Amino acid sequence: MKPHSGPLRAATADRVQPSNAFLICAAAWAVPGLGHLWLGRRQKGIVFLIAVPLMFLFGLWLEGRLFPFQISEPLVALAFIADLGIGLPYFIAKSVGAGAGRVVAITYEYGNAFVIVAGLLNMLVVLDVFDIAKGRK
Amino acid sequence: MTSHLGLMIVFALFVSTVFATLMRDDPKQQLMFGARLFAGFVASGILIGWLLYPLPL
Repeated sequence: MKPHSGPLRAATADRVQPSNAFLICAAAWAVPGLGHLWLGRRQKGIVFLIAVPLMFLFGLWLEGRLFPFQISEPLVALAFIADLGIGLPYFIAKSVGAGAGRVVAITYEYGNAFVIVAGLLNMLVVLDVFDIAKGRK
Repeated sequence: MTSHLGLMIVFALFVSTVFATLMRDDPKQQLMFGARLFAGFVASGILIGWLLYPLPL
């Protein structure tokens, strides 16, 4: 990966205080792409803002399930953590009753894959935001 | 739209878009890398599908 060098890297590192890096990461988690937009990486932010929630919505449309936290079922608990990676869209979907998951639907497992991977991809996006905020990229 | 191949292509499109955007900074490089990733995902999916075809399940 080719890191940013010169003025852009210096400007990013100067602008972000260490305590702010965690605040930016929290924003990046809550709204996919917001962290990159905050740090001035507009093109990347817009791509994440569109692609990640769209993948999540596609998974819900395929009747995927938003898994609950069940410590007695380790795989369900892991799926919950992955689902939670998407941030606010998880809670919005829960609040409107989406993501019940119809097990007999032919697309149920596909939907789960889309929802889970959207959350995991957003976790990678948050890690990228952290690196940028720390001036590593 | 709900065929296994169709959904695999849509899945590969989303994942390669995010990976390419994360791993490249220049939009042209993102496009090239994303296209290669997408082709790799789809080709390997089809290849693995054919390799698994004779296995009894």
